[in-house]
Amino acid sequence: MSLSSITPTHPAMPEGALLSVRDVAKSFVMHLRDGVVLPVVANVRFDLFPGECVVLGGPSGVGKSSILRMVYGNYAIDEGSVLVRDPENGEVRDLGAGDPRLVLAIRHDGIGYVSQFLRAVPRVSAVEIVAEPLVSRGIDRATAILRARDMLTRLNLPETLHGLPPATFSGGEKQRVNIARGFITDHPVLLLDEPTASLDAENRDVVTAMIGEKLARGTAILGIFHDQPVREAVATRTIDVSAFSARKAA
Amino acid sequence: MTDPILSVRGLEKRYGSFIGCTGVSFDVWPGEVVAIVGESGSGKTTLLNCISGRLERSAGEIRYRMRDGRFPDLADLSEAERRFLMRTDWGFVHQNPADGLRMRVSAGANVGERLMAVGERHYGDIRRTAGDWLSRVEIAAERIDDQPIAFSGGMRQRLQIARNLVTHPRLIFMDEPTGGLDVSVQARVLDLLRGLVTDLSLAVVIVTHDLAVARLLSQRMIVMKGGHIVEAGLTDRVLDDPRHAYTQLLVASIPES
Repeated sequence: MSLSSITPTHPAMPEGALLSVRDVAKSFVMHLRDGVVLPVVANVRFDLFPGECVVLGGPSGVGKSSILRMVYGNYAIDEGSVLVRDPENGEVRDLGAGDPRLVLAIRHDGIGYVSQFLRAVPRVSAVEIVAEPLVSRGIDRATAILRARDMLTRLNLPETLHGLPPATFSGGEKQRVNIARGFITDHPVLLLDEPTASLDAENRDVVTAMIGEKLARGTAILGIFHDQPVREAVATRTIDVSAFSARKAA
Repeated sequence: MTDPILSVRGLEKRYGSFIGCTGVSFDVWPGEVVAIVGESGSGKTTLLNCISGRLERSAGEIRYRMRDGRFPDLADLSEAERRFLMRTDWGFVHQNPADGLRMRVSAGANVGERLMAVGERHYGDIRRTAGDWLSRVEIAAERIDDQPIAFSGGMRQRLQIARNLVTHPRLIFMDEPTGGLDVSVQARVLDLLRGLVTDLSLAVVIVTHDLAVARLLSQRMIVMKGGHIVEAGLTDRVLDDPRHAYTQLLVASIPES
């Protein structure tokens, strides 16, 4: 990595932090609506440390998902920085600067993400979708498939479904495929966007236990949980996103 | 981090006073799929033809990483080196398979021909390799002696893909590879492409007007309008948070699934 990509002008990350969001602001400019500006959040600032589960709280529409998406590089930011440690050498890098190849590298080794919805690829089976992140890390295909099956079995996805593409699965089944895919790797940071939203109580408990195991191994989790029992079981700290909301001021 | 395999700087193509594309700069890294999107007339096919050496540029640089590590401008290559690229190191998948296949020689020969061009001479080996590739693109072994005129559109496209990949190229150019196919056939070709690109760790520059194709196949995306790049970035960022007015229009035009 080149020297110029290190960002010495940014306030340093606190010792030990895996992710530091600094003064991030985001708005949408709607060019098809006469350029109307929709502010989302401003002055977003927090740190994430190993082994903690930080919950983004606040009412719907306050910008919780947007924050997750900015941290994942899926939304661009207007101001501020998203500082992460390069998994390879520990250097501090600014994901918010928008370098697509840096974002891809960080997604590969640094930050995992379980979105609310599974984006199914035609013809690819559930077990292959789950195994794919391992295969792309160079793990032998047969081993990856075995681990994917174990993961899906733990999440009570019937074995008859493992070999089928999830396009026709129910919402809860798709979500479990998505969770299995997100949890199968050991990314140091994991982003969870309502992972239990369409699960029954039994599977919710499985996911709660899986989150606990991740935290015990030192993974840092940043998540949105509307489900109160899950939230109470996993949260180590809550950030009220209303404090960053740019909408009330607008 | 590795070096780019292809580097384009300040590329311009003029047709008389008309601008095909101008001020185009981007890099492609090994193992990466870059999608060029835009509507008809945006300059995306002109750009593809220029960087693949099929059309002469008016200005700018196009550099390619040779297997020996050199990074020459395509214009400075010898005729032999250029031929090596076209026959071996590069592939070009046309929208219409008839443009990339020989329609009246057998499927096996269509694939084998590229092997012969790189010096393969043993008939049995060539036929075996051709057969392997037909199965990889899901064409039944017993069709090896049939001519592509007897194939469906989807099969022809899969045959064209096999013909391109048999020489283990490092860079593939694709021009609307699923553009002429029925939706059901498209999914199969797309899935096949996705798998092959990942397994072979190919660098791909794909031109498409279909944002769903770009989302499925590419990591990075370049949006063109009127011969200029108006937006570029990570594919999911460009599609989920489009910044430029034109990109917003393109994204807003996709029906929600």
